[in-house]
Amino acid sequence: MDLALVLSTLDATIRLSTPLLLASLAGLYSERSGVFDIGLEGKMLMAAFAAGAAAAVFDSVWIGLFAGIMVSLATAGLQGAAAITLKGNQLIAGVAINMLAAGLTTFLGIQWFAQGGRTPQLAAGERFTEITLPFADELQGIPVIGQIYHDLISGHNLLVYIAFLAVPITWFVLYRTRFGLRLRAVGENPKAVDTAGISVIRLRYQAVLITGLLCGFAGAFFSIAQGSGFGNNMTAGKGFIALAALIFAKWKPVPVMLTCLLFGFLDALQIRLQGQSILGVQIPVQAIQALPYVLTVVLLAGFIGKAVGPKAGGVPYTKER
Amino acid sequence: MTSTTQTGDTPAQRPRKAAASSAAAASEFAIELEKINKRFGPVHANRDIDLNVRRGSVHGIVGENGAGKSTLMSILYGFYTADSGEIRVDGVPHRITDSRHALALGIGMVHQHFMLVDNFSILENVILGVEDNALLGPSLERARKELERLAHEYNLEVDPDAIIEDVSVGTQQRVEILKALYRGADVLILDEPTGVLTPSEADDLFRVLRVLRDEGKTIILITHKLREIMAITDYVSVMRQGAMVATLETRNTDPEELAELMVGRRVLLRVEKGPAHPGEVFLAVDNLVVKDDLGVTRVKGVSFAVRGGEIVGIAGVAGNGQTELLESVSGMRDQAGGTVRLKGTPLSLEGDDGAHRARKSGLAHVPEDRQRMGLVVAFEEWENAILGYEDDPAYGKGMILDIKAAREAARRRIAEFDIRPANERLKTASFSGGNQQKIVLAREMERNPDVLIVGQPTRGVDIGAIEFIHNQIIKMRDAGKAILLVSVELDEIRSLADRILVMFDGQIVGEADPATATEGELGLMMAGVTDRKATVASPVAATGAAS
Repeated sequence: MDLALVLSTLDATIRLSTPLLLASLAGLYSERSGVFDIGLEGKMLMAAFAAGAAAAVFDSVWIGLFAGIMVSLATAGLQGAAAITLKGNQLIAGVAINMLAAGLTTFLGIQWFAQGGRTPQLAAGERFTEITLPFADELQGIPVIGQIYHDLISGHNLLVYIAFLAVPITWFVLYRTRFGLRLRAVGENPKAVDTAGISVIRLRYQAVLITGLLCGFAGAFFSIAQGSGFGNNMTAGKGFIALAALIFAKWKPVPVMLTCLLFGFLDALQIRLQGQSILGVQIPVQAIQALPYVLTVVLLAGFIGKAVGPKAGGVPYTKER
Repeated sequence: MTSTTQTGDTPAQRPRKAAASSAAAASEFAIELEKINKRFGPVHANRDIDLNVRRGSVHGIVGENGAGKSTLMSILYGFYTADSGEIRVDGVPHRITDSRHALALGIGMVHQHFMLVDNFSILENVILGVEDNALLGPSLERARKELERLAHEYNLEVDPDAIIEDVSVGTQQRVEILKALYRGADVLILDEPTGVLTPSEADDLFRVLRVLRDEGKTIILITHKLREIMAITDYVSVMRQGAMVATLETRNTDPEELAELMVGRRVLLRVEKGPAHPGEVFLAVDNLVVKDDLGVTRVKGVSFAVRGGEIVGIAGVAGNGQTELLESVSGMRDQAGGTVRLKGTPLSLEGDDGAHRARKSGLAHVPEDRQRMGLVVAFEEWENAILGYEDDPAYGKGMILDIKAAREAARRRIAEFDIRPANERLKTASFSGGNQQKIVLAREMERNPDVLIVGQPTRGVDIGAIEFIHNQIIKMRDAGKAILLVSVELDEIRSLADRILVMFDGQIVGEADPATATEGELGLMMAGVTDRKATVASPVAATGAAS
């Protein structure tokens, strides 16, 4: 395999892991605060639809992104109200969000745009396009380093950079700030937080809203960065893979990034391997496409060991004594 | 986040001292409670409570479970607000609305169940909620210095970078005390602080409390252990059924008087029993080896016999194999070697139904942890009363339960064992610890077993109920049954048992006669020091691996 081929596979890896990474980090905030979030998928789907629709209607990528984030925040708020204030079952709240998102995006898509659930094709100014980093073209000639810079690091859309920037930011927030300390504490022992005189409810809402924000970016990536318009169920279970990555990475930011890159790589490999024959045997496309999902199951079941999440996760906090 | 403004000033050195000293002239009491009332629905948890806590003293509050001690302290700490009454701190009336407010007034609390984050370092736990600003770095630095100072001043050494789940329970408690001091507490409330401590850890705690008192701190100690009251407090207040019945100077009272005040009638603190008349061997354990869940050998070849008509007590510091021994002999844990014989017949205790077969052959078991193993607390009382015996023909035919018969039987035992409230349809969780234990005891004694194995019979049980439970056990002995008793309360073993076996590091290291053995001798044996091998084995090594 030559370098160009390797680089193009890795380039695809970065692109494909971006929504996973955003969603996974989104889940990290919520789950670290003690609110299990199985509704990442639904929030992404809602955001993807809102972003695609708004970008098409207002001819602006920024309004699209804004709409995606706002809708995701609202959805997160709804989920938070069910799971935190009303002390509902967190899994059911998440499932409800997923079902709502699947139905609502399709329904509204058909009603508004009459294109079988798709939003209109976006023009160049209505979606995020590749950014060429400074000197990328000039340095392209330099072997290896220049090539890596040009092919791998440069030439992604804005959301890709935001996703990877979110990793160190999340790490810093989690381990170096007061908010992070309290966030980690509230997911482990909310009573300790409460007796320290900090509002458990408020902390959890803050966390859930950050989850909404990042899910908004993740959703927008599908419809107005990677794609050019929203298509039915376009998130295709990525929210669940992101959740798997989060668990596999034991709720830590840097491992989350590495895991997402691994899943992204498998996806890229899957695309690369389609139509190829291995050792003279033609592998069915479906089998190769299933690879990332199969690996998710294998990783979670086999290699992860015991995944001990935030201790208070899944339990609504009730001030009792 | 507005907390920056609330806690931004250095909490430990908050300029409260000046205010306190000017008010000190006004009152010699750090805390004054007057006519405090609190109702929870129909329950009058606190009625007209008056309490004055002298500055610089250790003030004990005793009472049975449900007497209202915890409610009163929760009011003082701002968890609840009183329905009526006045709280004065340093002579100044305050309406304490939440725990942050209490902390600001210099009142700190060490909860019975620690409020610590297990996977945080000690330092992180200390600053949680009182961080200086949005970034952690400076807070951690300052807390590190401050902890060093407090450690030095009050003899409270801890490793600030240790993770909570890796340190002992005693250290966790120190962290709780440090947390309160770091927040500038002058009044420290400790709720049942020794419940989770080993005897030596409790001694350490008392040493620390004395230092704190001598440095001018005021300490309120909630406990139901009279021994501790006598050992450490200067004053003691007794609560009963929501009311304050007396406040005494500790040196002018004795445990008998306090017990009577608590219960409202004379209580025998010493167990009254006649001499034992041991008959033939009922339970014979030979060279028993038991491993724990991690495969570690916890019982290392133990042999002993219990005769009919005697109580054999197994003493030892928790975690020296007593739990595994009990679980194995009662059929809950497989043996790795050795035999258990009941009246000469080897018992087959292996497999998941070992406990069931043991019961069938006449070996009853009151487990150490009644809530986890002895009861399903979400069940109604009568359901627990037949649990484990639900296939008894008296309670139904085949698959169908005869609910009427079961409830009838439960009612009978409620009367017999004076279980309160006398309602078999009540959820077991709403019974007090002592009454829950009576439910288990009644169930296990019902079948008139040849051998009764009892683990920690009075852990978390009120004084009044303790007396009753002890008497039931002795009654059974006098009926010629064999009783194996395991307890970490040395007093209980000494007063109840006819023979004492001391367990250390999975072995029986000695036998003692409770009539003649002193506490010191037993204590040495429990620490692994025996006459035969005069080597001091570390008790820490034996307790360290306790699951």
